[in-house]
Amino acid sequence: MKFRTLLRHFRESFKNIGRNGWMTFASVSAVTVTLTLVGVFLVLMMNLNHIAGNVEKDVEVRAHIDNAANDDDIKAIGKQISEMNGIESIIFSPKDEELTNLIDDLGDNGKAFKPFEQDNPLRDVYIIKTKTPQDVIKVAKEIEGFEYIQSVKYGQGYVEKLFSFVNIARNIGIVLIVGLLFTAMFLISNTIKITIVARRKEIEIMRLVGATNTFIRWPFFLEGLWLGILGSIVPIGLISVLYYNIYKYAAPQITFKFVDLLPASPFIYQVSALLIVIGAVIGIWGSLMSVRKFLKV
Amino acid sequence: MIEMIDVKKTYPNGVIAINGINVKIKPGEFVYVVGPSGAGKSTFIKMMYREEKPTSGNILVNGLSLPSIRNSKVPLFRRNIGMVFQDFKLLQTFTVYENVAFAMEVIEKEPEEIKKRVMEVLDLVGIKHKARMLPSELSGGEQQRVAIARSIVNDPKVVIADEPTGNLDPETSWEIMNIFEEINKRGTTLVMATHNRDIVNNIKRRVIAIESGKIVRDEHRGDYGYEI
Repeated sequence: MKFRTLLRHFRESFKNIGRNGWMTFASVSAVTVTLTLVGVFLVLMMNLNHIAGNVEKDVEVRAHIDNAANDDDIKAIGKQISEMNGIESIIFSPKDEELTNLIDDLGDNGKAFKPFEQDNPLRDVYIIKTKTPQDVIKVAKEIEGFEYIQSVKYGQGYVEKLFSFVNIARNIGIVLIVGLLFTAMFLISNTIKITIVARRKEIEIMRLVGATNTFIRWPFFLEGLWLGILGSIVPIGLISVLYYNIYKYAAPQITFKFVDLLPASPFIYQVSALLIVIGAVIGIWGSLMSVRKFLKV
Repeated sequence: MIEMIDVKKTYPNGVIAINGINVKIKPGEFVYVVGPSGAGKSTFIKMMYREEKPTSGNILVNGLSLPSIRNSKVPLFRRNIGMVFQDFKLLQTFTVYENVAFAMEVIEKEPEEIKKRVMEVLDLVGIKHKARMLPSELSGGEQQRVAIARSIVNDPKVVIADEPTGNLDPETSWEIMNIFEEINKRGTTLVMATHNRDIVNNIKRRVIAIESGKIVRDEHRGDYGYEI
């Protein structure tokens, strides 16, 4: 294809958007509505995922060491643990430090524990974080079997519930977004199909005067692209403005430990780029699928 | 130029439209195709521009065997023939100029050449002054002129017209026929299916009459031959 012809296709695709004013409006509206929905869900899901990730990251294993263990034994245990698979970090916290932390954490009530400083009933502890939070349970079970380990704590019961809740929330989110995307594709391709059926005569005439299928397809391909991009403008604007304001004004009001939103920048740009791409792909796909029907291939 | 050899056409629903036709049309000829409705005239014409494929037999146009052309290559073949229809088949969202220019754009002609040639043919069919109008703003006769301009803009050797005057009043029909005669005089082969008895009887040319899918008459300077 000559470069001039490519320019012609670009020109033609722009003209067609104007020539088919109402059809353009219908398609762009369909893209706008669905992309707004997809965008809102995307923002919700990605933030939920982020928060869930924060919660998970806080999960740790605490291995309490038997008093019978001497310093060499403790070192050996530390080495053994750090050589396990999937360990992110391991910190040794001697029993004196443990007691100080306890007293500090409890504030005024902590003073009651002061007398124990002479005869510390606590144990030395290894605090272990795993690379993937889900490994915590497995790692804990394994460490339990080591020599001189008195007990292992990782928030038994609580952690399992947290993980299954986060998993369910994630899966529901993915299902919702995928479902929404399919609905979007279906809705948009249908709208575009209707607009192209109205133009089947146009395609027929193009074939009559000798236009090849590629030649006919090009302007439609570009038109689909423009429709998708046009349709993504409103959702991007809407979501960006809303999210920016929520992040700036509403988020600081929430002081709950794990709940922090993804920073507006670069998150807004990422979502915007994603929406443009989704819009463009759906627009092109819908338009090419519909033209295909009328090109006797 | 155009040759049909033992051509038969049966539609999937069992209707036999063409039942054994042999015919030869020489370069530069002007041929009327006449016959009652449902006689197979339309199928006969459609097979010449490869809108329909024969069930058996062969059709040669400009030396090309039409049944063996792949569907995707049909547009390329059609660049060598001009076509005019009863319902004009103009792109409604394109202006007169754009409609004619489109036929040259698809074969990637130079913009300068397109501009010059389109104005030339619009002038030839007498519609140059309406180049910027949309088809919907024109009368039937004017729209047909645009369609004719489009059909000859690429200088085809053959122009096929299917009832080109079917939607036009008698006076306009004569004007259109004058243009066709002019085109034919320049050496273009012209095949025209028609129901218009006045035209056939007054502009005497070769007449091929089709009935029940067969050629029943083929006269050098024939009459329409049917009572209306």
